[in-house]
Amino acid sequence: MRRSLQSALALFIVSLIVFVGVYGIGNPVELLVSPDATPEEVRRITGVLGLDRPMWEQYGLFIIGALHGDLGNSFVYNQPAISLIIERLPATFELAFSAMFVAILVGIPLGLWAGLRPNSLAGRSIMAGSILGFSLPTFWVGLVLIMIFAVQLGWLPATGRGHTVGVFGIRLSVLTLDGLAHIALPALNLALFKMALVIRLTRAGVREIMQMDYVKFARAQGLTEHRVIWVHVMKNILIPVVTVLGLELGSIIAYSAVTESIFAWPGMGKLVIDAINILDRPIIVAYLMVVVLMFIVINLIVDVLYTVIDPRVRLTPAAA
Amino acid sequence: MNSISTPTTLRARRTALSPLARFWARFAESRLALIGLALCCIVLLLAIFAPYIAPQNPYDPRALNILDGRLPPGSASMEGRIYWLGTDTQGRDILSAILYGLRISLGVGVLSTIFALAIGTALGLLAAYFGGRVDSIVMRAVDIQLGFPSILVALILLSALGKGVDKIIVALVIVQWAYYARAVRGTALVERQKGYMEAARCLALPHRDIVLAHLLPNCMPPLIVVVTVQVAHAIALEATLSFLGVGLPISEPSLGLLIANGFQFMLSGKYWVSLFPGLALLVIIVAINLVGDQIRDVVNPRLQH
Repeated sequence: MRRSLQSALALFIVSLIVFVGVYGIGNPVELLVSPDATPEEVRRITGVLGLDRPMWEQYGLFIIGALHGDLGNSFVYNQPAISLIIERLPATFELAFSAMFVAILVGIPLGLWAGLRPNSLAGRSIMAGSILGFSLPTFWVGLVLIMIFAVQLGWLPATGRGHTVGVFGIRLSVLTLDGLAHIALPALNLALFKMALVIRLTRAGVREIMQMDYVKFARAQGLTEHRVIWVHVMKNILIPVVTVLGLELGSIIAYSAVTESIFAWPGMGKLVIDAINILDRPIIVAYLMVVVLMFIVINLIVDVLYTVIDPRVRLTPAAA
Repeated sequence: MNSISTPTTLRARRTALSPLARFWARFAESRLALIGLALCCIVLLLAIFAPYIAPQNPYDPRALNILDGRLPPGSASMEGRIYWLGTDTQGRDILSAILYGLRISLGVGVLSTIFALAIGTALGLLAAYFGGRVDSIVMRAVDIQLGFPSILVALILLSALGKGVDKIIVALVIVQWAYYARAVRGTALVERQKGYMEAARCLALPHRDIVLAHLLPNCMPPLIVVVTVQVAHAIALEATLSFLGVGLPISEPSLGLLIANGFQFMLSGKYWVSLFPGLALLVIIVAINLVGDQIRDVVNPRLQH
């Protein structure tokens, strides 16, 4: 209960910072009207957008609207900002979950290999690769991927979502071949950083678990190495890896703004970057509120889960 | 500092050396880290002396020849000079643009790190030294800050502040200070239990002297690691934000902006406008990380043998 009050307070503070800050920069009317508009027209548009009122009044209207689920209309699209964001939410989620899937699919086997044979050439190359994965700026990797796979080799398309299929009214790319080809590069790009994280977590987990008594017992039972690794070790490393990745979901969504801009993926991240450049204030505010709210919810869920898990955490040292 | 000996002789001599020389001896054990350090020094020198090294001043319109536009790497200019890394649409030499871009990228990264270090260290020391309510307020702020990814915090701040060198430095400082505060507080909490701190308190020295003269110097070593990691992080984040068009204005062409400039030509196969500034960025970040990794191993007491 105390946590949710704190969360509400955090959301309120962010809304205030964002609102005051965003409304302090530039005059969007100048960007919206044609250069030869008369002062009369400028005044009329300012009035229509409600920009002639004092800032506290604009903020008050914004808060009242926000509590009713209305975050204002986009200056450019002239549609409710919140529905523009929600329209693009599935594309961003699709990209984020695909990236996470790729990170797990590639990261766990590589981490397992590096953990089982830490001193082999392959093991050390995997670790060096994961350091590189941490160092490489995401946007530059995206450019290089486009350069190699789209421009030089011409294997995969560089922009857009391709064919989508409607599932319960949500359009998805991953269900068509064309869509899969379109999502491959952006998902790989977004996955790279998390892949490095998964490799390191898995490797550390494997090295620790291989020393455990139950692994020795499993071997003493005469189980094959294959069964020991895939049943006994895997079961125990998946828990921390999945927990950490769940925590990282929010950061994947935040970083997808970069990937979406590069690959022209029509998600909400691209929407907000474009909005910042054309000073479409309601979109910026609505995006930040939605993402911050998502973060607060994720953090809250994790906190709750930890308190549920807590007794076991406290029991472990006593059992050991 | 620059005596070259084999690690074994250094190890034998280590006990007789000053702490700094001992630190250097352990640092030099890794060849990769030495390469990283050398690269860092080279990049720094290139950035400082860019106007003297660069073949042309890329931002002086008189030095540019539009007829030299979009030449691939290795082409000769109208005057017979060779553009080793090609040119952009305006006939600007990419190599010179990178050298000038380094100044801006490194400048923003280093300045923001210095400010963040000062603010974060001060708050972390205060939190650890005074404890109680000061501690809980500072650490709660740190927790909230670190709960959000840096790109999101930077986007919030920059959409509020607008573009500009000063604004991106402010944003980077706000993104980074919490890492320093957390690191300093952690070390300071351990240090304040030690005998010398008790002695200083018994002498009834003023708080300011105890914190600045006794506590601060002993909290520095772990901070060096955070600094190296964060400088690299700051440079990468600035490049990302500038690439997205929300960071630096066009008048301050950092590496990120150079890459963004070349992006539109990439689909037509003119890779060099984006690729080379990106490689320069990559070299800087990897070099700093190599140095940082080795410093972490040297400073970490658990790994000392």
